Amino acid sequence: MLIRSSDQNPRYTLLKRFPVPRNFKTDRSSRITRGKLWPAPSRAAKIKRLEVYRYDPDKSANPRLDTYEVDIEDCGPMVLDALIKIKNEIDPTLTFRRSCREGICGSCAMNIDGTNWLACTRFLSETANPAAIYPLNHLPIIKDLVPDLTHLYAQYESIEPWLQSATAAPDRERRQSPEDRHRLDGYYECILCFCCTAGCPSHWWNGDRFLGPAALLQAWRWLADSRDEATGKRLDELEDPFRLYRCHTILNCTRTCPKGLNPGRAIAEIKKMIIQRSS
Amino acid sequence: MTHSHRPTSPALQIYRPQLTSVLSITHRLTGVALSVGSLMIVAWLVAGAIGPSAYDGVLVFVRSWFGLVLLAGWTFAIFFHLCNGIRHLFWDTGRGFALRTIYASGWAVVAVSTALTIGCWAAAIFLAWGVE
Repeated sequence: MLIRSSDQNPRYTLLKRFPVPRNFKTDRSSRITRGKLWPAPSRAAKIKRLEVYRYDPDKSANPRLDTYEVDIEDCGPMVLDALIKIKNEIDPTLTFRRSCREGICGSCAMNIDGTNWLACTRFLSETANPAAIYPLNHLPIIKDLVPDLTHLYAQYESIEPWLQSATAAPDRERRQSPEDRHRLDGYYECILCFCCTAGCPSHWWNGDRFLGPAALLQAWRWLADSRDEATGKRLDELEDPFRLYRCHTILNCTRTCPKGLNPGRAIAEIKKMIIQRSS
Repeated sequence: MTHSHRPTSPALQIYRPQLTSVLSITHRLTGVALSVGSLMIVAWLVAGAIGPSAYDGVLVFVRSWFGLVLLAGWTFAIFFHLCNGIRHLFWDTGRGFALRTIYASGWAVVAVSTALTIGCWAAAIFLAWGVE
């Protein structure tokens, strides 16, 4: 099926998951067990089920999959609304990050029905029944839907995401032509939700050294900036078999970006720039 | 007490297969299959150099149902790898990254490599008919 933009859900799915064993490459403590069912109250008008990944660090138990029954007649339209309703009315121990509820803070990024998206901008009506809610992929889990993003932030920091300039600072703002400013469109909008990096198979296998799509898109954002003067140094840092070139153009990143950005293209631009400076 | 060892969230085990990732892993798998297939070509050539009896031995294997399945698989592998390789060359020039282009070119690769495989075998069967 043709997909025109990343917010488009496939109408049907041939395979819900890759044909690998459930515990493929997972260590013993990461294996997911069946959790409990939280039934809806008998007065519920229209029930929707949500299967949610749970992990409690205070108990020495494996992660589990709890099933919640939510009355969607009495609930907001988004997945985040359902999660908040669960926390308010059914199970206050459910833990997740959320803030703006309008797709600009990037806090509620999670894996919904097998792809990464923001819970606040995914309609409940677009999800399967039961909807499958997991945290972002292949990250250490602090609790429930809250992954530890320390490593991803460190990778972001490693590309030095700030303006670097050797010339003395001007008395006024650094000016930029509309054309130069236009080169940042599609890159400056990144909200660092890490949907793309968490959905990148290359980052699953080599995340310790491969920077991943989010950090590389940011790297391109600074390479493309006409005011930045550290282009050579930035490219030196990136030109590495792992940091940049573990990207095999799988393009799960572009498919999943909840802001409709294109990390795949950004990485291709970096690769092109490296070739162009050496020729 | 907190866990000293945090669990890792599931990735490949739950991530939905999409055209992007499926074609990527297929490209990798067909590449591996073609490396193995090149050994078969070497065996075929070496058998031809050794003599008629050795060559007949290879032909018996190639004409068995198992050999034919392998040949059909390699035919698809080489056409898929070729078509998707061209797609990768376009990407290397920075073109074709709009999501709709990614999907259109992906499905085109599937369609063209399937058509070429069928066409190649139709031509082979047609020519073999003429010989016999």
